[in-house]
Amino acid sequence: MAEVVIKGGRVIDGSGDRIADVAISQGTIEEVGPDLDTTGARVLDASGCVVSPGFVDLHAHLREPGREEAETIETGTRAAVLGGYTAVVAMPNTDPTIDSVAVVAWITEQEALCHVACSAAITVGRKGEALAPMAELVEAGVRIFTDDGNGVQDDRLMRRAMEYATGLSSGVTLAQHCEIESLAAGGHMHEGEWSSRLGIPGIPAAAEELMVQRDLALARLTGATVHFQHLSTATAVDLVRQAKAAGLAVTAEATTHHFTLTHAEVASYDPVFKVNPPLRTDADVAAVRIGLADGTIDAIATDHAPHTADAKEAPFDQAPPGMLGLETALALAITELVDGVGMALVDVLALLSWRPAAIAGLAPWHGGLVAVGESANLAVVDPAARWTVDPAAGASRSRNTPYAGRTLTGKVRHTLVDGEAVVIDGQAQR
Amino acid sequence: MRHLLSIADLGTDGIEEVLRLTDSFVEVSERAIPKVPALRGKTVVSLFYEDSTRTRLSFETAARRLGADTMTFSVTTSSVKKGESVRDTVQTIEAMGVDALVVRHGSAGVPFQVARWGTSAVINAGDGWHEHPTQALLDCYTIRERLGSLEGRHIAIVGDIKHSRVARSNVLAFTALGAEVTLVAPPTLLPSSLEGWPVTVSHDLDDTIKSLDVAYLLRMQRERMTEALVPTLREYTAGYGLTVARAARLPDRAIVMHPGPMNRGVEIAPEVADAPNAVILDQVAHGVPVRMAVLFLLLGSGSEMFAASDRPADPAAVEEEVVRG
Repeated sequence: MAEVVIKGGRVIDGSGDRIADVAISQGTIEEVGPDLDTTGARVLDASGCVVSPGFVDLHAHLREPGREEAETIETGTRAAVLGGYTAVVAMPNTDPTIDSVAVVAWITEQEALCHVACSAAITVGRKGEALAPMAELVEAGVRIFTDDGNGVQDDRLMRRAMEYATGLSSGVTLAQHCEIESLAAGGHMHEGEWSSRLGIPGIPAAAEELMVQRDLALARLTGATVHFQHLSTATAVDLVRQAKAAGLAVTAEATTHHFTLTHAEVASYDPVFKVNPPLRTDADVAAVRIGLADGTIDAIATDHAPHTADAKEAPFDQAPPGMLGLETALALAITELVDGVGMALVDVLALLSWRPAAIAGLAPWHGGLVAVGESANLAVVDPAARWTVDPAAGASRSRNTPYAGRTLTGKVRHTLVDGEAVVIDGQAQR
Repeated sequence: MRHLLSIADLGTDGIEEVLRLTDSFVEVSERAIPKVPALRGKTVVSLFYEDSTRTRLSFETAARRLGADTMTFSVTTSSVKKGESVRDTVQTIEAMGVDALVVRHGSAGVPFQVARWGTSAVINAGDGWHEHPTQALLDCYTIRERLGSLEGRHIAIVGDIKHSRVARSNVLAFTALGAEVTLVAPPTLLPSSLEGWPVTVSHDLDDTIKSLDVAYLLRMQRERMTEALVPTLREYTAGYGLTVARAARLPDRAIVMHPGPMNRGVEIAPEVADAPNAVILDQVAHGVPVRMAVLFLLLGSGSEMFAASDRPADPAAVEEEVVRG
């Protein structure tokens, strides 16, 4: 007898699309088919909804340990499950940095509503000087290494990290925030028309593109698996496209804000629009969308970056970069990519779920098929629901969403993590 | 208009109105007692996060000549040093009951944020590299006084445009009044994009100078050397300084302007700065009546003294009658 039955939905996963109920017991999908018996089961209404493998975010800042005033693992994962995520990759720019087994173990013990996969720093303290104990970290379950907001600047050190990674027991991915710091230094927004007009020091697109180029060369040299975080320029997308065509083992993500917002937003001088990489031009936004549609970009990531109201009320050039993303990602993807530029819903779900799950090393537990015997990590989504973003209504401890007041299409109705319905009818259950 | 944050807030008509009002306040300034009580009972606070004694004094003098009370919030002696946020500072000051905040800050956009957070009128007295609207207004007034009009005049703004709030405001103001503006600078000292700027660009001051009505020099800061924006000051002066030899090739009618403070011998030769066609002190002198006009526009209309519908065409004249009455 099933514990939970998801009733009347349209199931979409990597194998296709069918109308079916989904019965779940003990964290596992027990049966998929029409008109399943619901006797004794909790029934989750999925009429008008799509039942998808749960989403996986490759890029979330949960802020704990160290910055609990902005977010905790509990509040961040509550935001995640409300956004349909069943797993998030936690970025290592915590205090202390995730660069040791002890910190990974501590994070893993915390109360969370979805699975938290730790990434770890490539270098100790993300200082770009000495390699973190990568083999120990892999042993502790880490699959993604990144120095996060500070891409590894030193060419030789990055080469060594890639080389060393290719010898580790489990396949690991090196993820890079591509930004040449000497070119970006002092910049607070995209360098171009708007930075010039607004008198805000700019960050040139070349700062990102040069490091993408370097890492592609190093990936070719070392054979390492490299993932490019939050691509934001047309040229960077093109470089990755060419590298993939040439057979390099590289993947890439794009954030929701880089396919929805441009640098013109900064005209308000509201630091809620300050983010790194910065919001760029219309042409860059178009190129990111094309990259998402043609397979160049493998995943939609959130770069969910909570900041307190105080921090975001500073002068623009003194405010920290970053915006919330977990609770709006699905809706932005449907609004801008499905309704906006006509991508198929299944392709957008792939970008949110099974393709990032594979990059994070979380497949098949996350992003697998909705089939008998698979883990019950599922998102039930109403693709037609309209809602208006209200920062105060969010589950994150912070309020720095750039979409306040926007009406979006697509809302998560239920989320199941290991068979537990953690979100029912859009409400977090704990 | 509630605030003056950017020249764009005024538009051509707004600039014209400020200049027209300035005429009446120039007349007031020439009186034995250069004061009118147009803003009596109002409180104007200068909130300066950057040292600028000249701009602050100019605003405070303007406010006092209109009968307003003034307060100075100086960062060096304030709670900002104790870590207070701009928003808290603004709300604290406003709790004392103020009508206008004159804001100077090293970061672009702060006056916009202050305007969102507060309830009083905000005047941008310079924000980072972004704008310095009252400087542009006094520059327009000065040009108009000397040349009659800006329409069709050729104005070169020479020097460090990239880091200059004066340049950004002046490009908007000069072109709004019909002038042709050429930016003359090495590429490293220009904004990275000039898309949407109604200007032409030159890297050849010798060629540009022949057709100028106004040569507007910007201060060249020594820090720019360490940022590798120009190799040496000598090379900068050779290419972009208004030397005596270059100034001699200006057309007879042309005037020379500078927002101060000057680096004599760098962007402008001492002899050129002191020549009769240099109007640099006129610019300073016009600062007070221009700022009186701006304060009057923001705070004077709809005040207790006048019904909103019958704002005087010449506030100085009407004010005087009120005083006599």
